[in-house]
Amino acid sequence: MYVAVKGGEAAIRNAHRLLAKERRGDPDVPALTVAQIAGQLSLAVDRVMAEGSLYDVELAALAVRQARGDLIEAIFLLRAYRTTLPRLGASEPVDTGKMVINRRISATFKDLPGGQVLGPTFDYTHRLIEPELQEPGEVATAEPVGESPRVTDVLGHQGLVEADGEGEGEPGDLTREPLDFPAGRDLRLQALARGDEGFLLALAYSTQRGYGGTHPFVGEIRTGDVEVELFVPELGFAVTLGAITLTECQMVNQFKGSATVPPQFTRGYGLVFGRIERKAMSMALVDRALRAEELGEEKKAPAQDEEFVLAHADNVQATGFVEHLKLPHYVDFQAELAMIRDMRALQERERRRAAERSEAAE
Amino acid sequence: MDAAVLEGGFADAARDSQSTFRAILSALSEPGTVHPVTAVAAPPAPLGPAAGAILLTLLDQETPVWLAPAFGAPVREWTTFQTGAPVTEDRAAARFAVLDTPDLAGFDRGSDAYPDRSATLILTADGATPFALAGPGVDGRRAAALPLPAAFAETWAENRALFPRGLDLLIVGGEGVIGLPRTTELLCTSR
Amino acid sequence: MTTYNFAYLDEATKRMIRRALLKAVAIPGYQVPFASREMPMPYGWGTGGVQVTASITGPDDVLKVIDQGSDDTTNAVSIRQFFARVADVATTTSTTEATIIQTRHRIPETPLSPGQILVYQVPIPEPLRLLEPRETETRIMHALAEYGLMHVKLYEDIAKHGRIAKTYAYPVLVEDRYVMDPSPTPKFDNPKMNDSPALQLFGAGREKRIYALPPHTKVISLDFEDHPFEVQRFTEPCALCGSTGVYLDEIVTDDRGGRMYACSDTDWCERVRAARAEAAE
Repeated sequence: MYVAVKGGEAAIRNAHRLLAKERRGDPDVPALTVAQIAGQLSLAVDRVMAEGSLYDVELAALAVRQARGDLIEAIFLLRAYRTTLPRLGASEPVDTGKMVINRRISATFKDLPGGQVLGPTFDYTHRLIEPELQEPGEVATAEPVGESPRVTDVLGHQGLVEADGEGEGEPGDLTREPLDFPAGRDLRLQALARGDEGFLLALAYSTQRGYGGTHPFVGEIRTGDVEVELFVPELGFAVTLGAITLTECQMVNQFKGSATVPPQFTRGYGLVFGRIERKAMSMALVDRALRAEELGEEKKAPAQDEEFVLAHADNVQATGFVEHLKLPHYVDFQAELAMIRDMRALQERERRRAAERSEAAE
Repeated sequence: MDAAVLEGGFADAARDSQSTFRAILSALSEPGTVHPVTAVAAPPAPLGPAAGAILLTLLDQETPVWLAPAFGAPVREWTTFQTGAPVTEDRAAARFAVLDTPDLAGFDRGSDAYPDRSATLILTADGATPFALAGPGVDGRRAAALPLPAAFAETWAENRALFPRGLDLLIVGGEGVIGLPRTTELLCTSR
Repeated sequence: MTTYNFAYLDEATKRMIRRALLKAVAIPGYQVPFASREMPMPYGWGTGGVQVTASITGPDDVLKVIDQGSDDTTNAVSIRQFFARVADVATTTSTTEATIIQTRHRIPETPLSPGQILVYQVPIPEPLRLLEPRETETRIMHALAEYGLMHVKLYEDIAKHGRIAKTYAYPVLVEDRYVMDPSPTPKFDNPKMNDSPALQLFGAGREKRIYALPPHTKVISLDFEDHPFEVQRFTEPCALCGSTGVYLDEIVTDDRGGRMYACSDTDWCERVRAARAEAAE
């Protein structure tokens, strides 16, 4: 005799216990500490902070551990925590021109004020697996030579690149207001900064292959620490809250101009928490592609389609909806199943009737 | 600042605003019926406790509020201090308005694309004119005595004709709150 | 990190959702945009319904949560436990005892009563979305009540399949104005939405929309004169309780087409069985 399935609660409890066991792995191997993750898997932690929209190294490292290294799951943990935090104020815009740089490269000029600073990069490592990682040894300090003006400022002084824009009023916040289209560049950049690295990478790549090409040059990529300041009305001045690590990418793109307006390069901008250079570059390319309409270019590629890009860039949303398909859909499936059976039966009856008719006619 | 401005808020914001909200939700879901507001708010006169509770429940920094001239400085200061809502003199800019007469002129009725971006009016009134109501939330037709003048039926018909645009009305008296969403058909039965 | 707000959401968020709910009730069938928050459960798993429930629930409420009609499906259990933990709310599996019922994919078989609130979890609130993916376009269609696209789609179905080939999330017209997605309930449940004495609230978290049907609202399933709307019919009764005229789950009993049918609404099924047992004594 069939009895209705019961035991959802027990099943969930058991699943959580199994998860805890798998997470811990071999109990004879020491457990990972948060400091180890924050210190030695720092790029994973950076990505979780960037896409989790919360700058907190320790929490992000905890999330990485809790998520067993599944970074989207860790991002989700951080986001769900972030949403419970009160909003105490908005910081002053950070000044990346005053960044304490530990990496800074430009693909547009061989040498420039401040110089090229390679910094800690995978770029020229040979991708050979090293069972014993090389010990750091003695490290030459990688500090910029004097002032490091941004390349776009250098070009800007000569009017060769479009102005940065003044920013119109208070920037929007898509975590507090539902996104409405067309979105302003402020909301677009916020969505991209929170967006999935893989999705942005693929879109950025597509622009290079002709789906909305923007003729990009890396004006500059810089990574380093900037101070975050909060203006306190009671004091009448801004106080420093601390410093965060950021990576900024300024792409210099396809020029525009006309018979009357002298030609200028255009900009694409990327800024992310931490040292996620790939993400900053992808963001800058997609930002520029999304400006197609504003710059009078034909809009025909996915990366230029604001509604498409913004609606699908968030990996917490995407993973939730894709994975929800594993929830029970018995009821809907039953509805479809019954209809298909019915339609098949109808077709079968009609086929038979037709066969009988043709037999009778013979 | 008057000490009264600092007082008269909810003792338990989470629970008091929840119970008040449910009264408002029920009121708009069943137009013409009275829903008691049990949470205790003590705004300065002439704003009543139920109207005060509704403001505490629905208003904040995001919702500019327009207050009829009858509600003087103490009410204005209390409203802004307790809810954070900016008081506006511009009817068109108000998300909420507190009225002592049913004058609907000048408030934002939303757009066809975003009819939800319209003002909600809170009318403090007592009295009993017999009306008949129909529309969503009403099973067939409902008789209700509302603290509105008979001629209000025409004013409301004009509002209703704009659907999906339109204003929504909460009528607050001693007994509680009555809702009139923009969908409600209102007929005066005393004429 | 261990203390959370009553019903998880902070007061400002609840206020924002409550304002959206009031506008939703005032404009039946219209999707109100709201600043949906990130919840501690995945998007697509009921975050919209959970935010609505969290914004309305109070100490006097009794909450029932169902998924596929059942209180014991894992996601229903998980959501019920969440509210028991963060809102300290009384829970039940009884449709009649509940003041708030959060549901995914079903409307209970037991008729709802005045004062009850049914909260639907909605994945894609826009009924036109799969015909027109752009929000900018569908918003204009709703503004103009221009639903030709939907009628064309339904008519194409008839031309191709001889019927409207839509068995769930079957579109409805609310108060002769808005075409609305009833959430992925089987069309079997559509008639229960019409003129219901209960308040029906719909929350779509990922898509950031809330909509509502006040009690006694006119909700008509779209159809054509020559192809009138029909609900599913089952040829057999529930194998457990003998009910007919209810929605049934198909239970596969072997791999050679053997199957049986049992109530999708488990509370209904248990109630009927209990009543039958009592009558037999």
